[in-house]
Amino acid sequence: MEERNTPKSVSRRTALGGMIAAGAAVSTPAAAAGDDAAITTIQPWRQELGRGVDAMPYGLPSAYEKSVHRRNVSWLTADTYSSVNFTPLHDLDGVITPNGLCFERNHSGVALIDPARHRLMLHGLVKTPLVFTMADLMRFPRQNRTCFLECAANSGMEWRGAQMNGVQFTHGMIHNVMYTGIPLRVLLAAAGVRPSAKWLLLEGADAAGMTRSLPLKKALDDCMVAFRMNGEALRAEQGYPLRLVVPGWEGNLWIKWLRRIEVGDKPWHHREETSKYTDLMSDGRARRFTWQMDAKSVITSPSPQAPIVHRPGPTILTGIAWSGRGALSRVDVSLDGGRNWQIARLSGPADTFALRRFYLEFDWDGRPMLLQSRAHDSTGYVQPTKDRLRAIRGENSTYHNNGIQTWAVNKNGEVENVEIS
Amino acid sequence: MSRFRNLVRFPVAFFTILAAIPVLAGGPPVGRVPTDSEIAAWNTDVRFDGQGLPLGQGSVSAGEALYSTQCASCHGDFGEGVGRWPALAGGQGTLADDRPQRTIGSYWPYAATIWDYVNRAMPYGNARSLSANEVYSLTAYLLYLNDFVGEDFTLTRKNLVSIHLPNAENFRFDDRKGAELLQFSLPVCMTTCKTDVRITKRAATLNVTPD
Ligand code: HEC
Repeated sequence: MEERNTPKSVSRRTALGGMIAAGAAVSTPAAAAGDDAAITTIQPWRQELGRGVDAMPYGLPSAYEKSVHRRNVSWLTADTYSSVNFTPLHDLDGVITPNGLCFERNHSGVALIDPARHRLMLHGLVKTPLVFTMADLMRFPRQNRTCFLECAANSGMEWRGAQMNGVQFTHGMIHNVMYTGIPLRVLLAAAGVRPSAKWLLLEGADAAGMTRSLPLKKALDDCMVAFRMNGEALRAEQGYPLRLVVPGWEGNLWIKWLRRIEVGDKPWHHREETSKYTDLMSDGRARRFTWQMDAKSVITSPSPQAPIVHRPGPTILTGIAWSGRGALSRVDVSLDGGRNWQIARLSGPADTFALRRFYLEFDWDGRPMLLQSRAHDSTGYVQPTKDRLRAIRGENSTYHNNGIQTWAVNKNGEVENVEIS
Repeated sequence: MSRFRNLVRFPVAFFTILAAIPVLAGGPPVGRVPTDSEIAAWNTDVRFDGQGLPLGQGSVSAGEALYSTQCASCHGDFGEGVGRWPALAGGQGTLADDRPQRTIGSYWPYAATIWDYVNRAMPYGNARSLSANEVYSLTAYLLYLNDFVGEDFTLTRKNLVSIHLPNAENFRFDDRKGAELLQFSLPVCMTTCKTDVRITKRAATLNVTPD
């Protein structure tokens, strides 16, 4: 039988009138006790016209997905302007983070910039300082690249032990997006970098005037001035109309609302690379310029916000893994707290400095489990345990916590963030 | 070579740096050269060594007056921080403690960075509203709150760079390569890797996770 919502089916339904109206209210004639009502009744969406094409010019997820959204931790910051919210990793699969779910981290709120009044200026140790309108920038050759962006403080709340009971909060300061933009070296070449140049200062147009120093070598290697994410313009909270992309390096360097690039011969040592984004060791001294994000992985389901809701038997375990030093090459998963490990199955695109998705399909026997995952990258690096990190760094380094996460699953399938011996 | 090869003409020099990415050439250049006053309007950053500091000066007492009206509501009368707003003073000698307090006094390596940051981002919600002399005054007051200068001190472009903050030497360039990478790059165990596995910490008992 034909079920298309075309004028033809409308008129036919009108003609059949009473018959179908009766069928909608009750079960179909063949229904027997114990049958699945999802099968034996006719739902409104099988009968009435659905939404017209113009009802929602910019599409949104199904109303049944309302619980899938970013969340913040209100006790963490004094207000919501210098604050952070978290990507709902437990609700996602695949590798691309939808634009509206990418975590936000701002230092003076989300700048709402009129692109017609936005400029990018390039000056300092260059032969020709240059200033570009957005229209000018659209005339430079562009490239597409998918990259993860991880905040250096991701998992920072876990240094002193298991604290946040949800992967959204323990690991949600990460997203993975395909950027369209101009290689930074193209813009630098247009201005002509002087031989004495070694560093760049990148500055945002927000009220925090966010700045970071970046070594020229990285800028020439693979950085990008991006204006699109997953095909559409950057979201305001991700730096519209322009942001820097620094593949594999900590998110704070990816200056949003980018308006100025100054070329210099020394780092600036600004607030975001001295007071913040430096890693305090247990001896009271600190590391600075810890740019690379070390290999890391986490199981996103099962996890505290995504418990096992079915009986023992076939069970899907999935998670994400990434490395800012080399290509993510392998993920091991343990169901018994690190006693035994098996190699998980990687699925999806294998871009360097982008998220990878892993799966482990197994038969759950209904007994409690201690789930862990461990990432390997092409440099030979293996994600360490949290205790091994603490042995070197102590508990006060705030940033760069890439230790192995443990989830305890109980016999009911409920999951808790724990640490184990 | 580039698949754009036939579309536009590029200067050969670009290819050495740009690999497959072409650059438009021929025709007028894209963008324009900013004027000196345009560069000056935006080039207001100050480097750790004082490069970029404008002429000006400010006293601790002038800074105190500004601070009490524009900063103290968040940062506290003595820089101790109100509620969860950041503290700007205190914590000296705590960096190796169990609960270190990182402030300008205990942690910041350079005085010029205070000038730069206050000038670019504070007061919170009304950034870029302070004159150069006001930023000098506020910087002087923050140095005073942290016992780096006396109450009669006046900060100038000249003397700012000679102020040495004691924690400057305690930062080192990222040394993960030597300190961590080798020991985190060893072959892994796959079966019967440990015997005793106990839960040592639980997040649920803390109960601080939002719904
Ligand atoms: C409404 C609250 C508020 C007021 C008023 C305010 N600040 Fe701040 N201040 C903040 C916040 C919030 C931050 C952290 C911003 C961020 O997330 O980057 C901050 C950060 C700072 C820092 C850096 C602290 C560190 O250790 O990294 C300094 C210095 C500072 N403020 C100075 C001032 C001065 C000087 C004034 C007055 C002219 C002022 N602030 C007024 C809220 C305030």
